[in-house]
Amino acid sequence: MPTVQIPTPLRPHAGGLDVVEAEGATVGAVLEAVVSKHPALRERLFEGGELRRFVNVYVNNEDIRFLEDLETPVGERDEISIIPAIAGG
Amino acid sequence: MSIHGETQGAGRVRGLKCRLCGRRYPKQALNFCTEDFGPLEVEYDYVAVARSGLSRQAIESRPRTMWRYRELLPLDGEPAVGVQVGGTPLVRADRLARALGHRGPLYVKNDAVNHPTLSFKDRVVAVALSKAVELGFRTVGCASTGNLAGSVAANAAAAGLEAYILIPDGLEQGKVIGCSVYGARVVAIAGNYDHVNRLCSQIAFRYGWGFVNVNLRPFYAEGSKSMGFEIAEDLGWRAPDQVVAPMAGGSLVGKLHKAFVELKQLGLIESAAPRMFGAQASGCNPITQAVKTDAAKVRPVRQPATIAKSLAIGDPADGFFASRLLRETGGWGEDVDDDAIVEGMMLLAETEGIFTETAGGVTVAVARKLIEQGRLDADGTTVLCITGNGLKTQEAVADRVARPVVIRPTIEEFEALVGSPAADLVPAGA
Repeated sequence: MPTVQIPTPLRPHAGGLDVVEAEGATVGAVLEAVVSKHPALRERLFEGGELRRFVNVYVNNEDIRFLEDLETPVGERDEISIIPAIAGG
Repeated sequence: MSIHGETQGAGRVRGLKCRLCGRRYPKQALNFCTEDFGPLEVEYDYVAVARSGLSRQAIESRPRTMWRYRELLPLDGEPAVGVQVGGTPLVRADRLARALGHRGPLYVKNDAVNHPTLSFKDRVVAVALSKAVELGFRTVGCASTGNLAGSVAANAAAAGLEAYILIPDGLEQGKVIGCSVYGARVVAIAGNYDHVNRLCSQIAFRYGWGFVNVNLRPFYAEGSKSMGFEIAEDLGWRAPDQVVAPMAGGSLVGKLHKAFVELKQLGLIESAAPRMFGAQASGCNPITQAVKTDAAKVRPVRQPATIAKSLAIGDPADGFFASRLLRETGGWGEDVDDDAIVEGMMLLAETEGIFTETAGGVTVAVARKLIEQGRLDADGTTVLCITGNGLKTQEAVADRVARPVVIRPTIEEFEALVGSPAADLVPAGA
């Protein structure tokens, strides 16, 4: 099952977990499964069905904006990371 | 003094506030809102700042460092790190102005000679590491394209803090040595800056370290305002009409503007309506591209390719805000290719005697392009922000500058090279 890494400050909203397993064939489907399990994450990650402006998502270290965004396919062993965009510079 | 300063400081700085939803947080090492991932910014109590008696005279009576504006910097106590940073020259650049076709007063804010590591990053690091000490961190770090690496390493060394510096591999030698020499733990990441930055976002919270441009970023970024405060003071307490600044993460241009707005708000300058111009390299131009296409989103650049490595951030954290600011202030964003960058570096060196790094070449070359386009008013008062030193990126111009001619130490060979002295200089009877 694909895994999703939760950033530290959001772990209280994910039952304290740093990694969540969730089914799904695309990034969007996996994240939907995650926010269904942990509803407090939904509004924090999504706005009107789209990822919020300052939420970056990676599949195996590749930014999904360079892939197919939420439609990016994921396999059983893929690792999805949610990372706040506000850093660096 | 320190005790009073601490009390006043704690009152001036309210805490952190999300730039999107306005949610407030107590002062802590946190860079994003846990509600919507929006950037957190330091919130001041400007009434308390005004009540503290901050005046032009009070500021002018203080040592010429960035801390003469300490009421508008986010520390609770006295600075513990980087106490000598700032106070760099604002250089009237008439020869450069003529070369660029700029008729109004043109100035170079020369942070290439900032203390201690020759870039504007000393300003942000001084604030971030002073805050790190206030918050009790013993280990600090950063994701860097080079200048920040050197500044964190040096200032951490001087403060006795342990430092982890993460950089992309393939940086200029001057920048790698310029951070390793201070004894920091330097880790080069196989990848570009955005890979480094992402890793740092994961490390900072996992290890509980104070990463200056990750969890300490709200405090860090405020340090850039001091560059704007100094510009206004050195112009005789007024904001320039136009500012051209390089953009990597896109934070500096916003903080310069904020500096002028704050001074206006406190009555220290009369008006603050500078047009802000942002400069990037064409090989990594996510922000200028957003400005030119009037895009709502900044599209990241996957593989930055430019000699201006200090600006090679493909996914700029403040890109959205920077692109909006440039448009809202009546400024613009422009980018230039590598040849133009080198020409810009050489032009500044040859006209003003200032050797800047590639990022400064970007700024000068973009200023030239903007003047040619008529977007930058050639009759206004304009400040070019030079943020880094050319000695760190010598590779960029090594093949372009003339190598010295070697001769034997004889008058004959010297005359053969430069010709005979002019007749009227030859002493009578010689």
